[in-house]
Amino acid sequence: MADYIWLIPFFPAVGFLINGLSCNKTSKTFVSWVACGALFFSFLVSAAIFVNFLQLPAEGRIFEKDVFDWIVSGELAVRMGFKIDALSVIMCLVVTGVGFLIHVYSVGYMHDDPGFTRYFTYLNLFVFMMLLLVTGNNLLLMFVGWEGVGLCSYLLIGFWYEKDSASNAGKKAFIVNRIGDFGFLLGIFLLFVSLGTQGVWTLKFSEIQPNAHLLSVPLATAITMLFFVGAVGKSAQIPLYVWLPDAMEGPTPVSSLIHAATMVTAGVYMIARLNFLYSMAPDTLFVVALIGALTAIFAASIGFAQYDIKKVLAYSTISQLGYMFVGVGVGAYAAGIFHLMTHAFFKGLLFLGAGSVMHAMSGELDMRNMGGLRKKIPITYWTFFIACLAIAGIPGLSGFFSKDEILWKAFSSPHGHPGIWLLGTVAAGMTAFYMFRLLFRTFFGECRASDEVKHHIHESPKIMTVPLIILAALSIAGGYLGVPHILGGGNRIERFLEPVLGPPQHAVATRDMSITASAWASVGAEEAAGGGSLELILMATSVLIGLFGIYLAYLFYVKNPELPKRFTERFRSLYRVVNHKYYVDEFYEAIFVRGLLKVGGGLMRVVDDGMIEGSVNGTGSLMKRMGGIIRLIETGYVQAYAFGIIVGAIFVAGYLIMKPIM
Amino acid sequence: MTDMNFPFLSVLIFFPLLGAIALFFADRKQVRFIRIFTLVWTLLEFAVSLPLYWYFDETWNGIQFLERMDWFPEWGVSYLLGIDGISLLLILLTTFLTVLCVLCSWKAIEQHVKEYHITFLFLEMAMIGALSALDLVLFYIFWELMLVPMYLLIGIWGGPKRIYAAIKFFLYTMAGSVLMLVAILALYFHYHHETGIYTFNVLELYKANIPLLKQYWLFAAFAFSFAIKVPMFPFHTWLPDAHTEAPTAGSVILAGVLLKMGTYGFLRFAIPLFPAAAFAAVPLISILAIGGIIYGAIMCLMQTDVKRLIAYSSVSHLGYVMLGMFAFNLQGLEGSIYQMLNHGISTGGLFLIVGMIYERRHTRMIADFGGLSKPMPVFAAFFMIITLSSIALPGTNGFVGEFLILLGAFRSNMVYGILATTGVVLGAAYMLWMFQRVMFGQVKKEENRKLLDVDKREAVILCTIVLFVFLMGLYPKMFFKKMDATAAGYLEYVKGRNAFYSLATADQKTTEMPLLAYAAKPTTDKGY
Repeated sequence: MADYIWLIPFFPAVGFLINGLSCNKTSKTFVSWVACGALFFSFLVSAAIFVNFLQLPAEGRIFEKDVFDWIVSGELAVRMGFKIDALSVIMCLVVTGVGFLIHVYSVGYMHDDPGFTRYFTYLNLFVFMMLLLVTGNNLLLMFVGWEGVGLCSYLLIGFWYEKDSASNAGKKAFIVNRIGDFGFLLGIFLLFVSLGTQGVWTLKFSEIQPNAHLLSVPLATAITMLFFVGAVGKSAQIPLYVWLPDAMEGPTPVSSLIHAATMVTAGVYMIARLNFLYSMAPDTLFVVALIGALTAIFAASIGFAQYDIKKVLAYSTISQLGYMFVGVGVGAYAAGIFHLMTHAFFKGLLFLGAGSVMHAMSGELDMRNMGGLRKKIPITYWTFFIACLAIAGIPGLSGFFSKDEILWKAFSSPHGHPGIWLLGTVAAGMTAFYMFRLLFRTFFGECRASDEVKHHIHESPKIMTVPLIILAALSIAGGYLGVPHILGGGNRIERFLEPVLGPPQHAVATRDMSITASAWASVGAEEAAGGGSLELILMATSVLIGLFGIYLAYLFYVKNPELPKRFTERFRSLYRVVNHKYYVDEFYEAIFVRGLLKVGGGLMRVVDDGMIEGSVNGTGSLMKRMGGIIRLIETGYVQAYAFGIIVGAIFVAGYLIMKPIM
Repeated sequence: MTDMNFPFLSVLIFFPLLGAIALFFADRKQVRFIRIFTLVWTLLEFAVSLPLYWYFDETWNGIQFLERMDWFPEWGVSYLLGIDGISLLLILLTTFLTVLCVLCSWKAIEQHVKEYHITFLFLEMAMIGALSALDLVLFYIFWELMLVPMYLLIGIWGGPKRIYAAIKFFLYTMAGSVLMLVAILALYFHYHHETGIYTFNVLELYKANIPLLKQYWLFAAFAFSFAIKVPMFPFHTWLPDAHTEAPTAGSVILAGVLLKMGTYGFLRFAIPLFPAAAFAAVPLISILAIGGIIYGAIMCLMQTDVKRLIAYSSVSHLGYVMLGMFAFNLQGLEGSIYQMLNHGISTGGLFLIVGMIYERRHTRMIADFGGLSKPMPVFAAFFMIITLSSIALPGTNGFVGEFLILLGAFRSNMVYGILATTGVVLGAAYMLWMFQRVMFGQVKKEENRKLLDVDKREAVILCTIVLFVFLMGLYPKMFFKKMDATAAGYLEYVKGRNAFYSLATADQKTTEMPLLAYAAKPTTDKGY
């Protein structure tokens, strides 16, 4: 079955070509059938491969095939080739499954947009690129997908290109991502240079892995750090997160698919895919986990003071991505991927829910103008509510399992650290607070919308609500793939991923560990042996913190709506700083954008127009002046010329005569 | 190599000349006939160049399709033609782009149509001649011959500041070529001094053993001449003016082929003739190349004129070519050659694009546009694709070249590699910003509201470009297989010669043996 892997990216590619070349001449029905059909078939193939894998023994769950030579130059031999294993099949399922639902939802959401065909063309192209990213069997092909999804993100953020804010946001996304890709490229170069002499010329994962042990630890650290720069760009972590909030300019289903469920998680996937390199570089792992934890907290805090519901969700995505990096950063790759999957369900759902709210509210995004929507759009409300519970980590829903898995690993893994765990737990409470703030302000209380908007409020059509319901079901059920041992589960997803991501970290003998980490590792190991009461205590702590966050939000926004106002007045300056996102955008703008332009202007004046053109034109005028002097000789008197000739002849003759003597 | 005696290269060179002569007798009023005639003629020329690709033996790294006739035997001047994998691809690029140039001049050129097409055919002859000449005198003649039609194209059919630009172009290039001429003669006399033979045959001259100091001077003279043509930073200031003022087709051919003459000159002459000097110049050239990449990109950010912006982007792109070439490893070299072709397609394509909006609006100022995606959606799609190929998005042609160059540079010197890679960020910044200002946003100017989308002729031009963007991006093997052997042989030869020189100089220091003593020793001659 796995040899049909090429079909997975093939269908979206065909959909892209059909819709792209149709030149707006086909009907909307046709366009949507093509686009959704392509995703549906891709999903079927992925599911079939998945089922097939389950029937195979764990070590047989891999298939790799080269299709044709791509860049072959000297020793370098990169081929177009695909690979599917436990990790990529899960990614394929998420991308095509959630992607399909979002495609269907988009048919309703984008129905009246004049760019309907263009939209679905881009969307299919995106899915194709994303599938290329997760099924490519070598680093360079992964990079094709990596930049390809970036392109689609650029195109879709700037989908309404007539809006300056949209085209600016698209451009910003692309350029910031390129900064990350700069690191990614250098990572590829360094890996190639260091492993090339060892015979790895193909950049294939399956050839890098067995040779990775040849790298020294500093080299592995440098390589993995460079790749992580790429991940920081793509997955919007500190300091390159600034593009993601702006990316909300795109149509809401795009935010859901690209900027929540799939593309932004590519960085996590990449680290998981290269886990064998990262496990060699504990320093990098620590940086990954630290950046992840800091981002989780930082972005969550910005989420406190935003009023645009999509912006809140965007910062929430950044924060949740931080969680995933904590997971992979403490060496718990499976936990990171698990959270990636559950996040795709509930965050995808939250965005689609936000889209449904916008649909109902005639495009309104500001939650200050909402409220009381609970009764008017019940399906949206209930699904949104479920997603909020999931992201807040309430037991029984998917987010609980994946988040606690990460937090537990952050605490217990040899690469973990209690500080990281603490940051993550605090962020969990913050997440619960700002998500329920959003929920309460949008769906509870009095409706603050204008009468005209109020009059139009209506539930979305079935084509939009059915995907919401399915995603809500997944947001609950998705977690049961990874019920931890302590709760009587088998953590099936971790076991499924084991052939790719290696056995869970606490069982691995590690080297180069810091002392604290090893101390905590021994605690973790003891606890694992001693019944795991510590795990239960930590779990209860984070759940309680989450519940406390919800209670606080309830207190602030339902019970006592005057409280937030008093609060902001009390801490006015702090509030302003947070509301302005800590002025990071302004800082970047002043330093990098305007700085570069200033340098450019200076260079143009001084170097191009001044020095170079100056010397070129200077040569010209020097010639002119010299010509002016020489012109004095050209008197026109024959006698003068004759005199010159004679003098010259005497010199030549003299030279010839004297030459033998000298 | 084929055993065919059919003189493909001579036919390729003189077929356009024949066309130019035929056009000379055409009635100047029958404009349509002249256009169709030239189009058919250049298409035929392209068709004639295709067999070169099929018959070129990719397993052999020597010079192929060799043609030789004595010209001035007493001076050692001969009519010597031949190509290797590098010139093969550049010749194909030339014949291909010339067709597009005729097509894109269909409506843009309305005055002196006959003379215009004669000039163009003449230019094509000179370009193919320069790419296949292996005799230095012959090469120099074709090299200078290229100047004249280009000078005329800018000076007669150019924009408002055309005279200034044309003279600047001419003087700049002449300054370089004069030095090259002196160096050619010096080399010629040196070879005679060494072997007693007078010859301008490059394949012979490759064997010359030139004392280091002399080699440095000769290399400097050649390099200066070629560096102006490339143009390398800081000899680039003629380029923005020439490009801005040239008619569309002139810009396309200037960017697509003429600039490559500089890089080709390095590959064919400056480096293999003076390998020790070339290796010694690696730091200087690399730093100038990186300077060009970054400086060109920053200049692009400052431009208000689309065409000027693209001209500066050429400085940046050609910086990559030079960097890869002087990495002296296979990835760098092949990437560099590939980037030459890519630049012809992508930047040529961008100039075609700009030409199309110029024909509609008669302005090139970025501020005069904005929101063009609305009235011209199909055009926008083409423009987007070509823009992406220029910023080297994976999957397009640009990526293959840029990746290999950067990889090669990184392999030979990590610092160069890292510095040059910053170009990928800057490249995206200036291109996307330009694209945004021209194509996105609201239509602000009334004149832009009613712009017509691409017509059939333009669609054909752009489709061909886009076809090559993806073909070269997804299946580069088609082109690489023709240059693999040449590039490998070339590297082996140049490195071997350099090693020989360093050995010779080391010996000289200890034994005071004159360099000439080494002339008798066999060198690894790989058909050069």
